[in-house]
Amino acid sequence: MIVEKTVSRAKKWLAVLPLALLTSGCNWVVMSPSGDIAVQQRDLVLIATGLMLLIIVPVIILTLLFAFRYRQSNKTAKYEPNWDHSVGLELLIWGIPLLIIIALGALTWTSTHLLDPYRPLGRIKPDSPTLANNVPVGNLVDKQQAGNGPNGAGKPLEVQVVALDWKWLFIYPEYGIATVNELAAPVDRPIRFQMTSSSVMNAFYIPALAGMIYTMPGMQTTLNAVINKPGNYEGFSSNYSGAGFSGMRFRFHGVSDAGFDAWINQVKQRGGGLNRASYLQLEKPSEKVPVRYYNAVEANMFKLVVEQCVQPGKVCMSQMMHGGKGGGDSHAGMAMPGVNGGKGPQDTGHPEGALMKDADEKGSGNHWTAPADIKQDGANSAPGSQSNRNHTMLTPSTMPGTRPVANG
Amino acid sequence: MNDTLLKTIFGRLTLESLPLHEPIVVATFAMVAIGGLGLVAALTYFKVWGYLWNEWFTSVDHKKIGIMYMILAIVMLLRGFSDAIMMRAQQAMAFNGSEGYLTAHHYDQVFTAHGVIMIFFVAMPMVTGLMNYVVPLQIGARDVSFPFLNNFSFWMTTAGAVIVMMSLFIGEFARTGWLAMPPLSGLAYSPDVGVDYYIWALQIAGIGTLLSGVNLVATIVKMRAPGMTMMKMPIFTWTSLCTNILIVAAFPVLTAVLAMLSLDRYIGTAFFTNDSGGNPMMYVNLIWIWGHPEVYILVLPAFGIFSEVTSTFSGKRLFGYSSMVYATLVITILAYLVWLHHFFTMGSGASVNSFFGITTMIISIPTGAKIFNWLFTMYKGRIRFELPMMWTIAFMVTFTIGGMTGVLLAVPPADFVLHNSLFLVAHFHNVIIGGTLFGMFAGINYWFPKAFGFKLDKKWGTVSFWCWVVGFYFAFMPLYVLGLMGVTRRMRYFDDPNLQIWFVIAAFGAALIAAGIGAFLLQIFVSIRNREALADHSGDPWNGRTLEWATSSPPPEYNFAFTPIVHDLDAWYDMKDRKHERPVTGFKSIHMPSGTGTGVVLAGLSVAFGFAMIWYIWWLAGLALAGIFATTIFHTFNYKRDFHIPVEDVIASEDARTRQLATQGA
Amino acid sequence: MSAIPMKDGLNETEKVSFYDIEEHEHPDGASTMLGFWMYLMSDCLIFAVLFAAYAVLGNSYAGGPSPKEIFELPLVAVNTAMLLFSSITYGFAMLSMEEGRQRVMQMWLVFTGLFGLAFLSIEMYEFANLIHEGAGPTRSAFLSSFFTLVGTHGLHVTMGLIWLVTLMVQVQKHGLIAANKRRLMCLSMFWHFLDVIWIGVFTFVYLMGTLR
Repeated sequence: MIVEKTVSRAKKWLAVLPLALLTSGCNWVVMSPSGDIAVQQRDLVLIATGLMLLIIVPVIILTLLFAFRYRQSNKTAKYEPNWDHSVGLELLIWGIPLLIIIALGALTWTSTHLLDPYRPLGRIKPDSPTLANNVPVGNLVDKQQAGNGPNGAGKPLEVQVVALDWKWLFIYPEYGIATVNELAAPVDRPIRFQMTSSSVMNAFYIPALAGMIYTMPGMQTTLNAVINKPGNYEGFSSNYSGAGFSGMRFRFHGVSDAGFDAWINQVKQRGGGLNRASYLQLEKPSEKVPVRYYNAVEANMFKLVVEQCVQPGKVCMSQMMHGGKGGGDSHAGMAMPGVNGGKGPQDTGHPEGALMKDADEKGSGNHWTAPADIKQDGANSAPGSQSNRNHTMLTPSTMPGTRPVANG
Repeated sequence: MNDTLLKTIFGRLTLESLPLHEPIVVATFAMVAIGGLGLVAALTYFKVWGYLWNEWFTSVDHKKIGIMYMILAIVMLLRGFSDAIMMRAQQAMAFNGSEGYLTAHHYDQVFTAHGVIMIFFVAMPMVTGLMNYVVPLQIGARDVSFPFLNNFSFWMTTAGAVIVMMSLFIGEFARTGWLAMPPLSGLAYSPDVGVDYYIWALQIAGIGTLLSGVNLVATIVKMRAPGMTMMKMPIFTWTSLCTNILIVAAFPVLTAVLAMLSLDRYIGTAFFTNDSGGNPMMYVNLIWIWGHPEVYILVLPAFGIFSEVTSTFSGKRLFGYSSMVYATLVITILAYLVWLHHFFTMGSGASVNSFFGITTMIISIPTGAKIFNWLFTMYKGRIRFELPMMWTIAFMVTFTIGGMTGVLLAVPPADFVLHNSLFLVAHFHNVIIGGTLFGMFAGINYWFPKAFGFKLDKKWGTVSFWCWVVGFYFAFMPLYVLGLMGVTRRMRYFDDPNLQIWFVIAAFGAALIAAGIGAFLLQIFVSIRNREALADHSGDPWNGRTLEWATSSPPPEYNFAFTPIVHDLDAWYDMKDRKHERPVTGFKSIHMPSGTGTGVVLAGLSVAFGFAMIWYIWWLAGLALAGIFATTIFHTFNYKRDFHIPVEDVIASEDARTRQLATQGA
Repeated sequence: MSAIPMKDGLNETEKVSFYDIEEHEHPDGASTMLGFWMYLMSDCLIFAVLFAAYAVLGNSYAGGPSPKEIFELPLVAVNTAMLLFSSITYGFAMLSMEEGRQRVMQMWLVFTGLFGLAFLSIEMYEFANLIHEGAGPTRSAFLSSFFTLVGTHGLHVTMGLIWLVTLMVQVQKHGLIAANKRRLMCLSMFWHFLDVIWIGVFTFVYLMGTLR
């Protein structure tokens, strides 16, 4: 009885010890996060590390032990210069890592699916009941969030994130507001981030909330997360994006429901409007931008950004003609009115290569912070499409004789 | 002269291109210029230019080329390491509102240059240099399959290094990170010369790397001594073979993807642009399809070195030779199936991510098997703690930790919190320093007596060893911690003052490593000074097991007067064991390739071409390209590319060896 | 834990030879074919990447023309024929080389070069036409990848032609010596390799493109 108790206590300690060591006194945010997704990711880090220590520790100990025991000066140790093979040992050598990797592989497979950032949350916090709208565990199909939360708490807060040079724009479509470099969300309510980037790649990362996901121009990524503790957390870009990258930080506030309403009101009162023109103004490169509020956001702003057609007169990617689908009239696509304002086939606003440029236009060697003035006119197929996540379906190219598949 | 004419002649190169406003760069330039002029003056004064040109620069001897690769790597290590020190200093001081001493413009170049230089111009030449030196000796060959190509490869690598070094003083280097990901590296967001320097340095050096890969594969496949079957090849030769197969199969991808990037930049195509249907994700995929095998290109030869060293210094046959070979092969193949683990965070589906995560973990199985094989080679051995063995044990401990964090990063949800963090930075330094670099130091200390006929000084070697090892832990363990504190890479300054102490510790570690590099240089200097005392006349100072120890140190130009016949995996050990008799008569004249300056000329023209392309000096680019073609064609008209070492010379040097061995025995 | 016998069963008393005393000189260029083959495989990878790029970007017309609108199959068919003929004539040249008939071989090489030149001219005509119509490589990602893939092949053919002429001069100068024969073999491999790549281009880019 006592033994049992001691064992269980020891077990408890063993489980807590690494955690205690890691979090004692320090602000190791990755090891002590405040959002359930990050907590699960942390747990995974710990479990995987524990699994690997099973083999790493003996290897290190054996290395030092053998090095010491079989040193040249130790004549008492056995010396077998021709011993170079042992089937049993070889089996062990390959077998033990294999077993650990099988365990780790299984863990990887399930956790990767469960913690897929695109997957609607399965729970709000560790001890909360499973959400009804959640994809059942075991049904490992990537499903886009349908936004059909059954209970109020389960319905995720939609936030659209745009990484700009070098600041963050957050649009709250439900509330018609937007902010720069400040994000807030009510505690224990799922958040669904839809993310993109205006010019180059960035990564959206709030260590206390959840792991990072890239934001990429002309593409749309998703992150589902929830914050469980109220607080003021740090968020930033974790993928280098140019000169102002280090200052691309924002605060993320986890607040109560009432506090969130108050924050919304504050934004509504203090903000100005965000329309295409002011977005284009905002989009220009700037560093260490102070918090800014917008109370009236033009409809579909995020979609326009993703499809790279905020600029008036530019054709959105999803409307971009895919030649061959627009009917049989040959060459019609090339001079299609509307594209590039009908200014002729070559004038797409695409930057010219160096060879085509006049000597005076060529980039200089001066310190450069601002992206050159470029108009965008993309033709990626549907930026947010699920098929983009599956690398076997990058181009649904059609085989001769079959019906063309609609793209996006 | 009017403006247009100037632009036609100089492209976009103007006086402003010289970074005269950057005091750090100007000071560096002054130092390099003074040092360089001093070196040139000294070489001229001692009249060694002719010697250098005839005996080294134009030499096609694989041994000399190997040594030149090593020198290039060590020189570039100094450059790459000064970048590292600058970064550590910047990050240690940029707190509490201070932005440190580097501007974004400068800092962003520094971390890009550090990565590019360390991978392409330190690790690669070191690996290639060692393979070049050792492989032909180990397989009992007199040279590589294509000796001229070998010389040409070396000079192309050097040309790439020259172009990178130019960027320090004329214009600037890329500010994109070492893989130059578009759209950031596209013309729209990086209109200046930095990315062009990057592209041309890598393309030109890449030609060298690829050709040297082809060369060594052909050498290993075709030129092994009689009796050396594939399964009797020394393990270093095996890992070299796999490395070079990886090079041949991976570098074309880099060439193609960089070519597409340069087309985007030079003629305005739309491969990786945001607009006109370009797809930056394709670049990310392709560059990592090259980039991941590259990691194994760097580490496999080190694995080979550790195998040789462990077996030699444990005085034992290598444990589990065949499982070692199969592990190497498995790693070679799997190296191509894991590239996506570098960007789990870019929104791939869960099944895609799991697949690549699990394939990555599978690589740890053969790698783990290798570690165990070394472990059991030590088991029941008689371990001599010479420098190479010390590096090996440091490697086994360090690399194991790096491997563990690597597997951790391969779990996609864990990667979501660790990707791009300093944890990741710590991980890859852990495996590249702990694996490749420790391996190179083991290799240098192991084979130096073979190359020069005297051992390296053990005292300074030990100082260097401890500075490196302890410095490594001081420099990178704090980065693991910082990664767990949610700090990501390439940041120039920080808000949270709690982080500073960790960066200070890391900077201290970097200083220790600097001492380690200093001690290493001192070690070489001291050893050269004490070469008489450290001399080894036997040609086999470590009681070696493979064929390179069968010949004199340094080996004669022709390596072996008679090609050895191999009966056992540890061929030389077998020969010693069975009391072989070294033939002392019956020598013949030996057929050898002759040197040529074509490699130097082609590389020089390539530098001119690259420089012209970078600065849009089209006339020069055209001229240089025409020169390259003309020189190549001219070279093919030379049919006399070999000579015979007269039999008297062979007899003379072999007799000298006989006398040397006799004194050794007496 | 049995140790493997070290001497692979060799009898101790038997005199084992450890040195190749009677070694004869190795023929020059013994590994040239293997080396060149490896170079070709690496080149093949470059094409593989360009094909992959075309597969990814081949649908990104960016409002520009589609393959159906710009490819002129008859022209490309003629072009393909040119390249195939050049491969055949090169094959004849190699047969003549085996028989040691230098004059005849040179004649076949001239034919090969002419066919190659015709191929390049037609390709250049096609490119010029496309650029003139506004369907240049900068128009869309599809066209970028198309021009790069086909252009890289064209560049290889150009190199092959330069090499061909150089070799013809060298054969004229030194005759059919072993070194020249080896070089001719390499060029032969190179030339046929380009043919194979072109068949891929023709099928994958042109045929599939127009049928799409």
